[in-house]
Amino acid sequence: MIVAERKPMEAVASLVAPYERILVVGCGECVTVCMAGGEKEVEVMASALRLMRGKEGRPVTVETETVQRQCEPEYLVPLDKKAEAAEVILSMGCGVGVQFLAERFAQRWVVPALDTKFAGGVREAGVWEERCGLCGDCVLHLTGGICPVIRCSKSLLNGPCGGSHGGNCEIKRETRCAWQLIYDRLKGLGRLELLTPVLPPKDWSTARDGGPRQVVREDARL
Amino acid sequence: MKAGGRLEALLERGEFVVTAEVGPPKGASSKGIRSHAALLKDFVDAINITDNQTAIVRLCSLAGALHVLAEGAEPVMQITCRDRNRIAIQSDVLGAASLGIKNILCLTGDHQSFGNHPGARNVFDLDSIQLISMLKGMRDEKRFQCGEEMKVEPRIFIGAAENPFADPLEFRAVRLAKKVAAGADFIQTQGIFDLERFHRFMEAVREAGLHKRVAILAGVIPAKSFGAMKYMSTVPGMSIPRALLDRMKAAEKPEEEGVNICVELIRELRKVEGVRGVHIMAVAWESIVPTIVERAGLLPRPQAALPA
Repeated sequence: MIVAERKPMEAVASLVAPYERILVVGCGECVTVCMAGGEKEVEVMASALRLMRGKEGRPVTVETETVQRQCEPEYLVPLDKKAEAAEVILSMGCGVGVQFLAERFAQRWVVPALDTKFAGGVREAGVWEERCGLCGDCVLHLTGGICPVIRCSKSLLNGPCGGSHGGNCEIKRETRCAWQLIYDRLKGLGRLELLTPVLPPKDWSTARDGGPRQVVREDARL
Repeated sequence: MKAGGRLEALLERGEFVVTAEVGPPKGASSKGIRSHAALLKDFVDAINITDNQTAIVRLCSLAGALHVLAEGAEPVMQITCRDRNRIAIQSDVLGAASLGIKNILCLTGDHQSFGNHPGARNVFDLDSIQLISMLKGMRDEKRFQCGEEMKVEPRIFIGAAENPFADPLEFRAVRLAKKVAAGADFIQTQGIFDLERFHRFMEAVREAGLHKRVAILAGVIPAKSFGAMKYMSTVPGMSIPRALLDRMKAAEKPEEEGVNICVELIRELRKVEGVRGVHIMAVAWESIVPTIVERAGLLPRPQAALPA
């Protein structure tokens, strides 16, 4: 999932400070699961904004709506009326959601309530961790299902570097060295021979470097 | 000869070589680097110029290497993968070779979070092994990494680092083998204090026959004080035996004891089959290098004609 985290409340309040009619929009997908921008967080946000502005003596009208997902235009249609009535739309979706809202509501100011962090999962209750660097050219079959691109702090394809110590990464002692994990897993599976060849430089043209990437499925087009 | 430099020539002749490290200044002055080069040139065979080590901005290693050349010494220009992509690195390599630099040491590079610009974006387009392979392709096949041909190839003696003390220990010799397969001509190791672990590493290296395919220079670091050695012992990938720490702690003249330890280590390392030289890393204490080289019995340095 896309993992996101709410910006500090003061920062969010300052983004909507000039406005008196606010629409807070949640998203029912990833950010609901990572407890950052689902229905519950949207209501908490709305109450907090009303409270803060009330205390300042600048009361505000806050409407709320949580759509199934912000990253698909058809799910944004039901927002049209409320968006029309609002001066500002505060998206509690990920960065994708913010942009889809901005595209649909060209005449409305749209601001993000969240910082979008990474593609990851739940490591333990309350802890989300990055797992995929979205590089567009998966190498997990070469590395025992452990991604060196995103889990190694230097994205080494031929690791580990000299800073692997006691199974941990030198840059943060609580971070496991991805290459130690890869080594251990391949050793356990009897596949250490995968680590002998030199992996060539990666073709980063599939990654973030050329404007927005697209996936086109002709069979799914109308 | 691959590059025709002094370091390569001496290794080819079977000499036990000595290299040292000089860190460029955090400023636009050539003074320190030139005075260090002048001081060291009769005591070492080549001088490494670090590339923004520990991710702290310093005068670039290409300019530093040129200052070393200007003093009549031979530089080993270090290149890390942290700050430059394959385009910039290949361009720097062509430039360096055109200016008479014969040796390049390929490193991954310290992570930017250790340096003075922790908010910088890192590059790591390549890793050190891919960097070695790219340089070998440029030199031996006259090809850029993309496969395109070039007219005049950079004649470079290719170096790499290896840390025998990092984890997983049993993988370190395999990783060295990858560097050799990628095209490393010489290796400079992490600073060695733990001889026992280094012996085990070298056993694995010899078993794989790597010592015959690559010249291994054993790294040493003179400690100036107990505090300095203690700090080093906490750095990931460093292994310092308790006995050495105790010796430094008890020393009345710690600087002298640091030199004693360094000299003893060099004498021991010289006996290890497959060790073809020593690399002295006395960054911020470069002035001690002549004393160490002399006391280790490594003088006079053999002569080899510098390339024109």
